[in-house]
Amino acid sequence: MTRTTIDGNEATVHVAHRLSELCAIYPITPSSTMAELADDWSAKGRTNIWGTVPTVIEMQSEGGAAGALHGALQGGALSTTFTASQGLLLMIPNMYKIAGELTSAVLHVAARSLAAQGLSIFGDHQDVMAVRQTGFALLSSGSVQEAHDLALVAHAATLRSRIPFVHFFDGFRTSHELNTIELLDDAVLHALVPESLVHEHRMRGLSPERPFVRGTAQNPDVYFQARETVNPFYAATPGIVQGVMDEFAAQTGRAYHLLEYAGHAEAERVIVIMGSGGETVEETVNHLLAQGEKVGVVRIRLYRPFPAAELVAALPATARVVGVLDRTKEPGSGGEPLYLDVVAALSGAYAEGHLASMPRVVGGRYGLSSKEFTPAMVAGVYAALAADRPPTGFTVGITDDVSGTSIDYDRGLHIEDEKTLRAVFFGLGSDGTVGANKNTIKILGEDPNRYAQAYFVYDSKKSGGSTISHLRFGPHPIKAPYLVGSAGFVGCHHFGLLDKLDVLGLTRPGGVILLNASMPKDEVWQSLSRPVQEEIIAKGLQLYAIDADSVARGAGLPGRTNTILQTCFFAISGVMPREEAIEAIKKSIRKTYGRRGPEVVRRNEAAVDATLAQLHRIDVPEAATSKRAPRAIVSADAPEFVRTVTAAMMAGRGDDLPVSAMPVDGTFPSGTTAYEKRRISDLVAQWDPSGCIQCGNCAFVCPHAVLRSKFYDRAALDGAPDGFESAPLNAAGLPQSGYTLQVYTEDCTGCGLCVEACPVTPVVGSGRKAINLTADEGVMERGVTNVGFFESIPQNERARVDFGTVRGAQFLQPLFEFSGACSGCGETPYLKLLSQLFGDRLTVANATGCSSIYGGNLPTTPWTRNAQGRGPAWSNSLFEDNAEFGLGLQMAADLHNRLARERLSMLRDRVGAELVDDILSAPQIRESELAAQRVRVEELMRRLDGMEGPVAEDLRSVADHLVRRSVWIVGGDGWAYDIGSGGLDHVLASGRNVNILVMDTEVYSNTGGQSSKATPIAAVAKFAAAGKAVAKKDLALQATAYGSVYVARVALGADPQQTLRAFREAEAYDGTSLIIAYSHCIAHGIEMSKGLEQQKRAVNSGHWPLMRYDPTIRDRGDNPFFLDSPRPTIPLSDYIYKELRYRMLRQTAPEEAERLLGLAQHAVDQRWAVYEEMATRSAGQFMPDATKRN
Amino acid sequence: MDLATTYLDLPLRNPLVASASPLSQTVAGVRALADAGVGAVVLYSLFEEQIRRQEIADFEIVAMHEDSFGEATSYFPDVDIAAGGATPYLRHLEKSVAAVDIPVIASLNGVNLEGWAQCARQLQDSGAAALEVNPYAVPGDTRVAGAVIEERHVEIVHTVKDAVSIPVAVKLSPFFSATGTMCRDLDAAGADGLVLFNRFLQPDIDIEALAVGPAVTLSSPVESGIARTWIAILRGRVAASLAATTGVESGADVVKYLLAGADVVMTASSLMRHGPAYAATLLTELTAWMERKGFASVADVRGLLALGDEVDAAAYERAGYVAALTHAKDMYGDFLVRN
Repeated sequence: MTRTTIDGNEATVHVAHRLSELCAIYPITPSSTMAELADDWSAKGRTNIWGTVPTVIEMQSEGGAAGALHGALQGGALSTTFTASQGLLLMIPNMYKIAGELTSAVLHVAARSLAAQGLSIFGDHQDVMAVRQTGFALLSSGSVQEAHDLALVAHAATLRSRIPFVHFFDGFRTSHELNTIELLDDAVLHALVPESLVHEHRMRGLSPERPFVRGTAQNPDVYFQARETVNPFYAATPGIVQGVMDEFAAQTGRAYHLLEYAGHAEAERVIVIMGSGGETVEETVNHLLAQGEKVGVVRIRLYRPFPAAELVAALPATARVVGVLDRTKEPGSGGEPLYLDVVAALSGAYAEGHLASMPRVVGGRYGLSSKEFTPAMVAGVYAALAADRPPTGFTVGITDDVSGTSIDYDRGLHIEDEKTLRAVFFGLGSDGTVGANKNTIKILGEDPNRYAQAYFVYDSKKSGGSTISHLRFGPHPIKAPYLVGSAGFVGCHHFGLLDKLDVLGLTRPGGVILLNASMPKDEVWQSLSRPVQEEIIAKGLQLYAIDADSVARGAGLPGRTNTILQTCFFAISGVMPREEAIEAIKKSIRKTYGRRGPEVVRRNEAAVDATLAQLHRIDVPEAATSKRAPRAIVSADAPEFVRTVTAAMMAGRGDDLPVSAMPVDGTFPSGTTAYEKRRISDLVAQWDPSGCIQCGNCAFVCPHAVLRSKFYDRAALDGAPDGFESAPLNAAGLPQSGYTLQVYTEDCTGCGLCVEACPVTPVVGSGRKAINLTADEGVMERGVTNVGFFESIPQNERARVDFGTVRGAQFLQPLFEFSGACSGCGETPYLKLLSQLFGDRLTVANATGCSSIYGGNLPTTPWTRNAQGRGPAWSNSLFEDNAEFGLGLQMAADLHNRLARERLSMLRDRVGAELVDDILSAPQIRESELAAQRVRVEELMRRLDGMEGPVAEDLRSVADHLVRRSVWIVGGDGWAYDIGSGGLDHVLASGRNVNILVMDTEVYSNTGGQSSKATPIAAVAKFAAAGKAVAKKDLALQATAYGSVYVARVALGADPQQTLRAFREAEAYDGTSLIIAYSHCIAHGIEMSKGLEQQKRAVNSGHWPLMRYDPTIRDRGDNPFFLDSPRPTIPLSDYIYKELRYRMLRQTAPEEAERLLGLAQHAVDQRWAVYEEMATRSAGQFMPDATKRN
Repeated sequence: MDLATTYLDLPLRNPLVASASPLSQTVAGVRALADAGVGAVVLYSLFEEQIRRQEIADFEIVAMHEDSFGEATSYFPDVDIAAGGATPYLRHLEKSVAAVDIPVIASLNGVNLEGWAQCARQLQDSGAAALEVNPYAVPGDTRVAGAVIEERHVEIVHTVKDAVSIPVAVKLSPFFSATGTMCRDLDAAGADGLVLFNRFLQPDIDIEALAVGPAVTLSSPVESGIARTWIAILRGRVAASLAATTGVESGADVVKYLLAGADVVMTASSLMRHGPAYAATLLTELTAWMERKGFASVADVRGLLALGDEVDAAAYERAGYVAALTHAKDMYGDFLVRN
């Protein structure tokens, strides 16, 4: 057997891939890695145990994956899939079919929360509990080793029992935990899955050689009986599973049971639990046994068919109280499902006389959405079970001050093995800390006498986000599926994190703290804030420091401090002899980076070699000397909710918030990013008023809305702070006006798109434009003061600004600001523009994906409101249903508008005929018209005030609909081209007045670069590692075919004016509008500061022809198809080979790259010819808009 | 008329070789050169430094987003791109070799010895008939001694020779304190050919933009003197083939190099200036001259005016110098050379 250190996903797919002929998949967190690895291995020719390479196919949704799976199974192929959460829900219809047809199959599930009051990517059992009724068997793994082992048990048992299996383990906690495990040899797999079973499975498949009909429609006469035929199969399954487990034990020495009891033989209090929490309970039981407590635990592995008899048999007769812990929530139920199953099993046994007395059974909930579940909490549960009347329906791990469900526990209890060493590392996502720690744990796990475990916590920002790595290693297998609470070594890889997160709180007294500090070693101590100094002294910590950024720069890898700090960890901790450790680190560098090229390896090795000379022990004085207090998390003038709730989440103290702090229905205040001054970039934009031509391009493209423009009477500058930048307004007729482009320096991510967009020719010899990036700290600090003053200058009136030009649009307030999107994001400028143009009457339906994460992931969200309190109303339903969801919002708006008009007409005499007529006949396209309508509606509200009667009251509830609303359906290409394609198509065909914005990154960005139907031919993506060989779907052309849809394809970096025009035309169009917006992305493999240049190349090469199709023009008798970009001026290769996603193929399969390039160029030429022809047609050659009656 | 010659042990149909230039950046360009009649083509240089720079840039854009967000620990499939940076060049080489029936010589500029060896092997594997190593570097570091640079050249030849079995030529700078010694050392290190000389593309200054920018100037016949002199000196003193390059504009320039002792005469500038087909003109002029002078083969012409073993090279150079001064006086009067 081979030892290795891998995570639960890899452990699972390691078996699944070897035992499958087909994997039909769809990416979803946290299961995506399983599908990706399966695809990667198959792409590299890795075979299953029978010598064939499993086919891996990415489908358009989990529903599609389940359908393909069902078909493949009926075709007799050994088939599997990997999924989680909403994905599993989408598979439910097929799961009934697969089970009903007694089809051998395994679904591997990284169990995850479901979207309810909010989405969560993290782990619990809500998804698997939602399929417990489908007829699938459910097998639960509680650790990485178990995920590996029970994957095999599931595959073997399904072929023997004909019952399909869901094999699940806890999302993130197990799927993403690295742990040292023993790998199963092929021989074991062969032994448990003999070919005869495979052949039997094949023979059950459809074949014209032995035809039959499966899937009939059945009538009341027989459906019921037919449903009951399967009972013997379910009855036999527990025995079959145990039989497989026994065979497995004989082969490997690792024994598993349907459920397992551990604890005192005469335990009085017993917990029943399933999943990784069982490990924690068992470890805690061992601790409590040593204290003399009579406690025990039953860990459930087979949950369906529920092993009731085995449960009764396992429970000690002495058990007085049984506490059943569910990692799920079923509001309104009589209890959570595992609890109900246990109650039913025990009461059934009692009724049958198999149980002498009925213990008290109580249920509790823990660990939803990967909430920590620690030994301290387990001890708390046992303590609660000891009460005379133990609580039921309790919760543990939170403070429920609303319903009083939560039980208390001693947070100071730590039971970890002293021989297990623990280390925690705080890093930034971009510095590679997690990657280096993965290598560290693999290095340590290679020692046959050592076991290692690692778990990583990421924050939800895509730029400047922090990571926390929790590492354990020691002489015994590590069964601790919870975060490190007390570490002997803490590395703080970014100095600023000391003030943002509770870094020292995790350090045990006498432990080591390693700082990456850019100042000279003599200044490190004084640079610490006073509370940090005090804690270091109080805990007697050993302080080390290194300027890792300087070492990294010296090695030619600026910002990549990971291997340097990894070297420091090994050197300080002494866990391995230094020389040996350095050689091991270099070996892991060669292994990890060897595939990236020799220079990458060389520079990383050079960084390691240069490290130790720069590592210093810092003397800790006896008393704190610093006068510096850490910066407040949020400003004192923030709203109360932000100060009390949001700030706690921002500081990493969200776990301490009680239930009462949470909104009851998932409704949160908007505009909270404004209070989170993240300061994630040392480089920030700096405006040069003297060179600026005030064109507004920089503000237009800024993805983070940190560039704001205002013009004002120069008298407004009275009281301006020193250094407040202003220039005379460059506009005719306003000689006394000033202009300021204010940089919100604390929010700037330093992406550089503004510099790229600035059209000002660099001042001779300086290379500088009218906006530049600077590392001058003074600019950051002056920015803070200047923003304060800038905000006191009134926002320019919308009606005074020309929306039709990029120059004018800069004066519109963005109501989407400071999102946590990637620095230089290609999507967010479009959303910001949307919010500027229509924000005060905008409703957004946002498909799940990047935009729903940077747009709606707590703690802070970027959609905000203006000074009048108006702003975008935003909601996310699901991934697959966004078009339909948005259509629903529009229909609600339409019907309320209609209702308002009807009620208003009814009140014409009471309200005043002139006002009513004006309101009902008002055009509402131009901003001035909308402003006038707002005034009228305000007047209407005044007149309605105090007016009695049902009609008036009804009108009051809908009167705000008299101002035209703007409903926008937004999302990415994964939604629009794949999972939501059917719904999108239906909405496009609906003729309803909704607007659709597809931010097309040509790949699944949020889940990590999987191919979508928007991925262009010749590009490499996950599931298209050999290059996408099918052309990108032309969604624009499809939509124009309806004749009733306004369609535009835009690229803001290539032609911002065309983008602006398309947005305004789409919104004004009284019908369905579709805008497809080119969005450069980190998954393209570009320097994000060059994103706009790439947009230009995409257009100039003809890959992304700019066009508009306006049905109103056709109605006027002219050609509605506008080709807005000139004929291609560069070959496609000049565009695509600037991006790694294309270069990768040229570097790995040059001939195929050439072939696909040829096809792609042909496709571009062909499409251009079609577009050009369309642009010269007459109106009559297009489909008329059938939704218009005249 | 027998124009056949041998260069780097490769039989060539004539001594005119297209040297590394943008003309060989496309297969069509290579084919045009072959169609115009050149004896061999040296491809434009593979610059390892560019590959390494791109490798680091790619690493940075990929690595900065890895393991930084819970939903995606990576954004690209795990493919091995380590050896891939040179692929476009190698593919071009392969296709060029397949497209023409004359030898295609690859040109290489490496960064470190490991890179020189690795790239040389890749070029050999992709079908290069020979390698022209081009240790082009402007020693901007004023602290590096000449001897270090010379040793570096020898080391590179050793390394590349050890790495490949195809012939290896070295393209040299004319700026050595002892060019002759350098050439002999490279010859001794195993260089199969010496290409004399490289031209440095020195930056120019744009006085309007107040900016320094790259300058590409094509060579002219007045620059050919140094190469001709050294070829005349080295003929018979080294075992390596001798290739002349720089300043070929007419058939006469080709003839002069052959008379001085070149095995082949390379040109990029004239072909850039007049197009690939100009190679045919050069060959026609060469043939016409040979006919006029009654030479039946290139072998008869080669080295006729070389220095020969018995003559003192320094004296030859001085003789040429004195002759040049005298010629200048005759043409322009005495004032030009008085200072």
